[in-house]
Amino acid sequence: MSTTKTKGGEFLIKETNAQDIFIPEQWNEEQLMMKKTCDDFIDQEVLPILDRIDSQEVGLMPSLMEKAGELGLLGVSVPEALGGMGADFVTSMLTTEALGAGYSAAVAFSAHTGIGTLPILYYGNEEQKKKYIPKLASGEWKACYCLTEPSSGSDANSGKTTAKLTADGKHYILNGQKMWITNGGFADIFTVFAKIDDDKNLSAFIVEKEFGGISLNPEEHKMGIKGSSTRQVFFNECKVPVENLLSERENGFKIAVNILNIGRIKLAGAAIGGSKRAATQSIKYANERIQFERPISKYGAIRYKLAEQAIRIFASESATYRASQNMEDAIHELIAGGMEKAKATLKGIEQFAVEAAILKVHGSETLDYVADEGVQIYGGMGYSAEAPMDRIYRDSRINRIFEGTNEINRLLIVDMILKRAMKGELDLMGPAQKVANELVGIPEFSEPDDTLFAYEKKLIANFKKAILLTAGGAVQKLMTSLSKEQEVIMNIANMAIETYVAESTLLRVEKMVSMKGEASCEVQLAIARSYINSACDKIWIEGKEALNSFAEGDELRMMLIGLKRYTKQEPFNAKAARQTVAQALIAENKYCF
Amino acid sequence: MKILVPISNVPDTTSKISFANNDTEFNKSGITFILNPYDEWYALVRAMELKESGKAEKVTLIHVGLADSEPTIRKGFALGADDGVRIDGEGDAYFVAEQVSNYAKENGYDLIMAGKETINYNGSSVGALIAGFLDYPFVSLATKLDVEGTTATLEQDIDGGTQIVEAQLPLVISCAKGMAEQRIPNMKGIMAARTKPLTIVAAGQNNNFTNVKSFALSAGRTTCKMIDENNMDELVQLLHTEAKVI
Repeated sequence: MSTTKTKGGEFLIKETNAQDIFIPEQWNEEQLMMKKTCDDFIDQEVLPILDRIDSQEVGLMPSLMEKAGELGLLGVSVPEALGGMGADFVTSMLTTEALGAGYSAAVAFSAHTGIGTLPILYYGNEEQKKKYIPKLASGEWKACYCLTEPSSGSDANSGKTTAKLTADGKHYILNGQKMWITNGGFADIFTVFAKIDDDKNLSAFIVEKEFGGISLNPEEHKMGIKGSSTRQVFFNECKVPVENLLSERENGFKIAVNILNIGRIKLAGAAIGGSKRAATQSIKYANERIQFERPISKYGAIRYKLAEQAIRIFASESATYRASQNMEDAIHELIAGGMEKAKATLKGIEQFAVEAAILKVHGSETLDYVADEGVQIYGGMGYSAEAPMDRIYRDSRINRIFEGTNEINRLLIVDMILKRAMKGELDLMGPAQKVANELVGIPEFSEPDDTLFAYEKKLIANFKKAILLTAGGAVQKLMTSLSKEQEVIMNIANMAIETYVAESTLLRVEKMVSMKGEASCEVQLAIARSYINSACDKIWIEGKEALNSFAEGDELRMMLIGLKRYTKQEPFNAKAARQTVAQALIAENKYCF
Repeated sequence: MKILVPISNVPDTTSKISFANNDTEFNKSGITFILNPYDEWYALVRAMELKESGKAEKVTLIHVGLADSEPTIRKGFALGADDGVRIDGEGDAYFVAEQVSNYAKENGYDLIMAGKETINYNGSSVGALIAGFLDYPFVSLATKLDVEGTTATLEQDIDGGTQIVEAQLPLVISCAKGMAEQRIPNMKGIMAARTKPLTIVAAGQNNNFTNVKSFALSAGRTTCKMIDENNMDELVQLLHTEAKVI
């Protein structure tokens, strides 16, 4: 647990001590045993039947969920009193990671345990929790979440589904159409968002299939995750008892948003699990496939890909567990302050909503990169449906779309940061002013000392200045029209993503070195340096594009000089670093960090 | 019925094996240790099934080894064993069997279920030695086991078929494939594992009768040589000069 309190979004303006973050090298025996159980479940129960799952064999997915339920995999975050394991948040992230390698089954599990179960767990009253949670945790009941409608996707609060109170005041009558409902085909419990009368905001309802008035369209034909049930769900005079209103009237949108915060970091965790397995398959294939009398893993072009897959996975993982522990700490602090656990969990995670959005984007794009290069490493076989990369590639793609598209998440990153700054929760103005002063002042030419990590830390500190320079300039120049300049927001979001992930990777390796010594972390050092090197170039490009779009003349020139200064690095041999990483992967014949 | 399951701590099957100290010691560095699959999948899981069916009231794990093997004992707890004993020492099969027997003698078990062998040394002797020390009957390589009262009915594979044998408790058996199916420890079991009692017992006199002088890796499989199907002369030549089998 951290010794100093960290606030969400604060990474932009604050330096973090490596000892204050959690790193995956700290998993304890019990957590690793839980992960092994999830891994074994995927290996023994899911991977051997992927084709059957993808053909949507009737009853197969529900039975798989029941098996997962028997092992306790569906109730990891559920309190013991409600039939779950009561594991802490970070542990639940680890099991999410392991189960994330389960293709369509992973989607079914995460929809059930996440958006299916959590709204009731976190917003339900005692009766609702007692009635629904134990059966959801055991897998006896399967859950889905009905938010999206044909005309209401990213703009979730614009849904048209209605709820009308009956004359006797005992029921709500639901009417409307929902779409893209994961697990819709077999769900027993539907969390449905609808507007009561002429309300501005959504309300949420717990709807049992048994209530009647629910009909389903056939399964959607999808690009990937073909085994995951995805249906349109119609509510036609569906009679829901008033006691099944979840939380308060018009609180639905807040529920949806808060549950998505959790969903986003969980998606990052699941993507890491999928990425690690896909990387391992890439490495094994590269070691086996002989061309010109040598395994293709001997060739630099392939080694580049293997190394880059691993570098991005390691980086994404570093950031994900750093944020997970921050959330965990925030939850504990709120509980210690007297808040009830469910509320504290939501609040604690919400505090790190910026990081959750960053991780959602980075995790899903890492998985897509790993899948894409996996196909490439497999060559012709990568394009064959006989080999595993075909499914990995198709199944990966959805992750950039659901739980808020990556574009929506990028917008949110910047929007949330600016809102927090406006509210005074995040002191961006002071540091941004300092950077602005630095631009017109005499440049600071002091060199970092030559202690380990001093140079990289200086670079990270400069990345933050680059963001403050760009974002500060954008706010000043564009003012209220910034929210309409989505390209600029994307630029700033990308700078923030790269900075957070690069910093997390560096902190992890710094902590590793303090635990194991520099000599045994040689490869991880190469990973961190490699990531920071690429991040630096990306930050320059994103910043430059943004500045060029809204500033001009001398002012633009001055800002560009500043940006150049903040993204200046010493020559770095990225090829040699990637070779070091690739050689370790090839020797171990698997993703091994 | 009280069941005792002796377990071993062995390198994961995917481990890269190497030796230290002039090839006299197994190099443990970087090795992940696991619960010996034969002890886990066959002996312990069947013992748990007997407990779940009400035929056994308690399943105890026993392990002869050093403190670093305790995670393996807790893995056994996660699978459901009630408690465990670690005898603090290391040695050959005779030593291990003697320690286990001494403990079993003092604490009285009706059934001792060992795996048929370990996956590292494949000695297959501890079960039989325990039976010898305790003067109990021994059934080796059992593929099925059921118990009614004090009578155990077991199946063993024999050449071209199976034989069914009966033996009276107390009894020692070694368990082979078929005895039970592998189980994945569930989350509840894992969380319960940390609170289950693990007793540490000092090892008795060290009667090692064997000492390993050195280890060597086998040459391993060399690459496959492809010969044109029309070129029988080359095949004969290679079988004669390289493989030296004709």
